[in-house]
Amino acid sequence: MNTIICTAFFGVVMMFFGVFVKSKKSPKYAAIIGLSAIILLNISELITGNSFFQIDIHEMLHFDNFNLLFITIALSCTLIYFLLSGSEIEKVGNHVGEYFALIFFVLCGISIAATFNTLLMLFIGIEIISIPLYILTASDKRNLKSNEAALKYFLMGAFSTGIMLMGIAFIYGGNPAASFHIDKIQLGIGKMPVMIAIGLLFLMVSMSFKVSAAPFHFWTPDVYDGAPTVFTSFMSTIVKAAGFFAFIRLFEHAFGVIQDQWQHLIIFITVATLLIGNVTAVFQQSVKRMLAYSSIAQAGFMLLALFALNGKAKEGILLYSAAYSLATIGMFGILTKMEDFTIDGFNGLAKEKPLLAFATTVFLLSLTGVPLTAGFQSKFFMLMAAVENGQHIWLVIVAVLFAAVSAYYYFKIIQSMYFKEAKTSGIVKLDALSKPFNIMLMVIVVIILIIGIYPEILIGWMYH
Amino acid sequence: MGNYFTFPDLLIWLPILAGGFCFFSKKDKEAKRTAIVFSIIILGVSVATLFFTDSVKHLNLNYVNYIWLKYLGATYYIGIDSTGRMLTLLTAIGFPIVLIATSNTTFKKPANFYGLLMLTQAGLMGVFLAMDALTFYFFWELALIPVYFLSSQWGGEKRIQATFKFFVYTFAGSLLMLIGIIYVYMHTGARSFEDGTIANHSFALNSFYNAQLSAVEQNWLFILFFIAFAIKMPIFPFHTWQPDAYDQSPTAVTMILSGIMVKMGLFGVIRWLIPMFPAASIHYRNVIMLLSIIGIVYASCIAMMQDNIKRLIAYSSIAHIGLMCAAIFAMNQISIQGVMLQMFNHGINIIGMWVVVEIIERQTGIKKISQLSGLATTAPTLTIFFIIIALANIALPLTNAFTGEFLMFSGIYNYNTWFAAIAGIGIILSAVYTLNMIQKVFYGSVNAATAEVKDISWNEKIVLLLIVGIIFFIGVYPQPLIDLTSGEINDLLLRIK
Repeated sequence: MNTIICTAFFGVVMMFFGVFVKSKKSPKYAAIIGLSAIILLNISELITGNSFFQIDIHEMLHFDNFNLLFITIALSCTLIYFLLSGSEIEKVGNHVGEYFALIFFVLCGISIAATFNTLLMLFIGIEIISIPLYILTASDKRNLKSNEAALKYFLMGAFSTGIMLMGIAFIYGGNPAASFHIDKIQLGIGKMPVMIAIGLLFLMVSMSFKVSAAPFHFWTPDVYDGAPTVFTSFMSTIVKAAGFFAFIRLFEHAFGVIQDQWQHLIIFITVATLLIGNVTAVFQQSVKRMLAYSSIAQAGFMLLALFALNGKAKEGILLYSAAYSLATIGMFGILTKMEDFTIDGFNGLAKEKPLLAFATTVFLLSLTGVPLTAGFQSKFFMLMAAVENGQHIWLVIVAVLFAAVSAYYYFKIIQSMYFKEAKTSGIVKLDALSKPFNIMLMVIVVIILIIGIYPEILIGWMYH
Repeated sequence: MGNYFTFPDLLIWLPILAGGFCFFSKKDKEAKRTAIVFSIIILGVSVATLFFTDSVKHLNLNYVNYIWLKYLGATYYIGIDSTGRMLTLLTAIGFPIVLIATSNTTFKKPANFYGLLMLTQAGLMGVFLAMDALTFYFFWELALIPVYFLSSQWGGEKRIQATFKFFVYTFAGSLLMLIGIIYVYMHTGARSFEDGTIANHSFALNSFYNAQLSAVEQNWLFILFFIAFAIKMPIFPFHTWQPDAYDQSPTAVTMILSGIMVKMGLFGVIRWLIPMFPAASIHYRNVIMLLSIIGIVYASCIAMMQDNIKRLIAYSSIAHIGLMCAAIFAMNQISIQGVMLQMFNHGINIIGMWVVVEIIERQTGIKKISQLSGLATTAPTLTIFFIIIALANIALPLTNAFTGEFLMFSGIYNYNTWFAAIAGIGIILSAVYTLNMIQKVFYGSVNAATAEVKDISWNEKIVLLLIVGIIFFIGVYPQPLIDLTSGEINDLLLRIK
């Protein structure tokens, strides 16, 4: 509860901040301080179980260790993102305060989407996430690609929202208990009623759209490519993880008991996502677009949690959110410093900026899932969850084979950095490498390695 | 003493420490010197392990168990038993030999080169010492990453593609193994820790041995694991990465790859695969022996046609490994004893072969057999050493490989005469291509390329003397090595029955 109220409130503060404070630097510092405070409040709620705000919410939201921990992870990743790429946000346009305000609103939406207890709160949460994102995508106002991406995102997003709302309506209509509460949907005995089935299908489609799972992924590469790189970084990591969290929460609580009736649909979506994401990523020349497709591919792995839907899957999704977000935020942070976004643009980076190349290597190894990195632990937990489920081991084998494919495109960047010579000097932007940026990169590297060696440092919080 | 340090800890942490020192060394020579000094210290530790074999009295020295992921039942459990003792000894001998033999070669960025090399050693040690499936998997992958960078950065012209092929092959294989590990893990019993935490399953080696698996499950799990090991060894038809990787890697790395790293696969089969799935091992033994023997004949035939001296040795290595794999699956006392012996011998011999090839290549810049001639005139000492090593490689009596191959052959013969007979062709062919190569490279008239070759320097002499010394010592008196591993072989055979 702390987070929802504080992020919303602080978002409003940030909005006015731009009006009253003229300095371009100060919004960043304000945002960092504010977010740190919110994280502390959230952790105190996680530890004590009590919120500072006693509001009767009529069971529309539910707070437990699991979702509070997820919110902590999302907020902390955002803080790291601010620290690493905050100065890039300042370069996007003149309304710096507003960009930060919008991100705070997204965080508010994430907190709702992670804790919803009724379908209406889910809808509100997802919408609060989406609408600021449309604006952020379009924030590079004079860039045609950014505008196109925003329009595309908005139209597709609105469409999927409509489908979601319709799904909710169907479920409400087909539910004899006449309730939006996700634990009170009566699914009947045997085959589920038609209305519920239609509702479930619609919800699955719209949620797949939000997390860019195939075959509903078409908007992703264009939007990620068109949006300003700093915001792509935010959209493709923290927001996406939140979408997954909501997806899993919804299907676990509302339809968990009849999992065998919809599991094959998820299997289909998982395989399609892995296939399309990985195979298309192989052919990309632009690193930014490659990361967009790789985010689809990683979504395929996260879908395994939905397939498994057990305790390990919960731990897995937490680890995956953290590991994937950290590595990708780092990658995008480095990308914003590059002159050339193609893979050849990374040629010879190791010689010019060894530290940068080392950090990039760790991020890529983590995304590939090599031991000692957080990425390995997250994949490992996902695989454990899926194997524990007992059925469809072939799906797990398909998933790891695609993980081997993913090594191909991630390692292409490592190869350019270390084993190829730069054609021109000046691979990196001149103003690029400030000391704080380097320190932040190293901090992310260290966090990735710590989680990689001892993941219980993170998931242990679930059992406090 | 065991409270302060243990052998497994030392064997893993010393290389890591050495790697760290190398990375941060400022002067070029410093990195090389650090690596050599540390590798000799590690060799000392490894030799010391041979004197503390008593399983009861020295338990604290040889095994160590740290709590790692408690809720999963995974511990960082490393220990040194007899097979591990032998293979860590091989690793510990191999590295100083490689480092000293290649110390005349100058590498650019030596700090990184030697640092990565020492990290590889840590990874290899970890694989041979792991007593917990998750620990094993960690080290299994960690041994690969530094090698990837070593070969891609310092290798030959086509190094990037060749190394990447190697990487993707092994990475895919080990991911399949990971699924296998997880599946077996889900069928292990619960374990409790001292502080009262109870994990539902366990990654410990013994729990894996006792996992409840049906025959059908064993069969497909066996395949998942075997692919990972077969790629590493490599066994036909998973061998295609190997000649390219050996040819394109810097020779120092090739020595590690062919001398030590391939033993990871064989070790995996002996330590994990057969004891975990005894029924499946018997189910698939004929298929695997057939594949191995096809590999022997096929690789030997290709080796005869090779003009590239590095590829020739690579193919001959495939043949030798194939024989070892076949002997493992003959699954009797004699054959497995032979494998144990031969794992060590093959490592020593092939490193010796590469040392000589490296000297030739560094001085002439030529890898083609047809362009070399008359080296015996310009470099007589080198020639003598090489001929001894080559004869050991084709398992002549009095050399180390003879005992090993003899045991393996009689073991395979006991199981199936035909397999032994066809595999025997491999031995004949190996004599053909090896002697043919010696004849062309060392004898004949001196040509322009070989006229300037100088005989070997003192450091190469030391290394080659050491190798030849080991060859003759084990050739004449293999008993210590046999004694070292015989107990474990009995345990293994008991599990199969």
